[in-house]
Amino acid sequence: MKDMRYIDNMASLTLHTDLCIGCGLCTTVCPHGVFSQEGPRARIEDLNGCMECGACAVNCPVAAISVDPGVGCAAYIISGWIHGKDKASCGGGTGCC
Amino acid sequence: MDNDLMAFGVRAAKADDIPSCGDGRERPGYRVCGFVTSFLETPVGPVPVVSTDLGWRDYGGGFSARWNLGRSHYSIAPGLYAVGAPDAVAPVLVTANYKMSFDALREALIGCDAWLLVVDTTGINVWCAAGKGVFSAAQVGALVVKTGLKALVSHRHVILPQLSASGVRARDVKKICGFTALFGPIRASDVPAFIQGGMRADTAMRRVTFTFKERLRLTPVELSLTGKPLLWALPVLFLLSGIGPGIFSLSQAVTRGGVACVALLTGVLSGAFITPVLLPLLPGRAFSVKGGLAGLVCGLGLCVFYGGRFDLRILAALLLWLVAVSSWLAMNFTGATPYTSPTGVEYEMKRAIPLQIGAVVLGMIIWLAAPFTG
Repeated sequence: MKDMRYIDNMASLTLHTDLCIGCGLCTTVCPHGVFSQEGPRARIEDLNGCMECGACAVNCPVAAISVDPGVGCAAYIISGWIHGKDKASCGGGTGCC
Repeated sequence: MDNDLMAFGVRAAKADDIPSCGDGRERPGYRVCGFVTSFLETPVGPVPVVSTDLGWRDYGGGFSARWNLGRSHYSIAPGLYAVGAPDAVAPVLVTANYKMSFDALREALIGCDAWLLVVDTTGINVWCAAGKGVFSAAQVGALVVKTGLKALVSHRHVILPQLSASGVRARDVKKICGFTALFGPIRASDVPAFIQGGMRADTAMRRVTFTFKERLRLTPVELSLTGKPLLWALPVLFLLSGIGPGIFSLSQAVTRGGVACVALLTGVLSGAFITPVLLPLLPGRAFSVKGGLAGLVCGLGLCVFYGGRFDLRILAALLLWLVAVSSWLAMNFTGATPYTSPTGVEYEMKRAIPLQIGAVVLGMIIWLAAPFTG
């Protein structure tokens, strides 16, 4: 999203270009156009556009992408601080989603 | 006469979305949903055909869910549905069993013939369900097998919403059920264009948006989430406001408590409504900053309004609370946006929460001390 930007230099996204086979799936699934296809390999075009949803890493067939995916929601993050990241939750039925 | 009554009965039932004898939709032991228009006999059994028109029940249900009423149970039965008159070569569209996701999809499919495969995402929308891992390749694959899709269609691919990609590993779907999973567009409204374009999405279809209208739709839930905390915060404010040299003064509780409640509610409005709606116009990247600034403007307005009636200390305490509440609620809105990274949210929370707590505590000290310092 070019018109709305969040805090820069945050995203935990990395692309290991040496592993990339250029299938283009990351450019398909990314809802923010973070990747672009340049010749036989993908490259990160807009790192600060990344919201760490994890779609690219989940679907990359050669595990060339790593990202620490998560829910960008305050209630979830506080729950993670209290109960540990593995046990974080959004607060049950009254949660946001 | 009898015929007239029968005709009226059928008409009334249709108007009310309740099946009646003779309209051909009912099944023994089942209650037919209002959005089902008929059943299609297929090699895998009868498949409900759903309407592409939303009725008042759909709009009403969606409206309630937007206000957080019954939202966690706003779901439909997972399984196979049909739109139009699909055949063996018709596309198969996969979606979540959150009723609003399903409604958005069928409404977009006006004039189309397609199969709908509704996955059990525990009543959660596509993107959230994918993020939580309940919209997964295992779920999609299992449903394809269970519904006997292979006997229904001659092709071997299913179309998934793009936003399910954070939960669905497409190649695992193929492994489980033999169907190739294609990622369709983000928005249901682009699905017909995607199909007509030979299963191709243009760049705009692949990009998430966050328009004024989309943000406005999210604000009722944000406001409703403040209901419970307000239920205990408002009485506490009245109690604290009454404390003074004479231990407790009811008139003081009413005047000071009243203005404190107005400030708190203004903070809620600023953080949970004004900030989301004006999001791109507010300065700063961090939502706590945006919300704090919106709160500051609203708070200064409130100070001007009450300037003649309360002294500066009271107004300062109100302003501190209002800004803190607005900043906190705005920060919580990050969870509803489609562009904030969790790392960024945690970064801003670590910096903003101490300031928000500091502002509340400082306001509290001023508030409690004011009656004693005359």
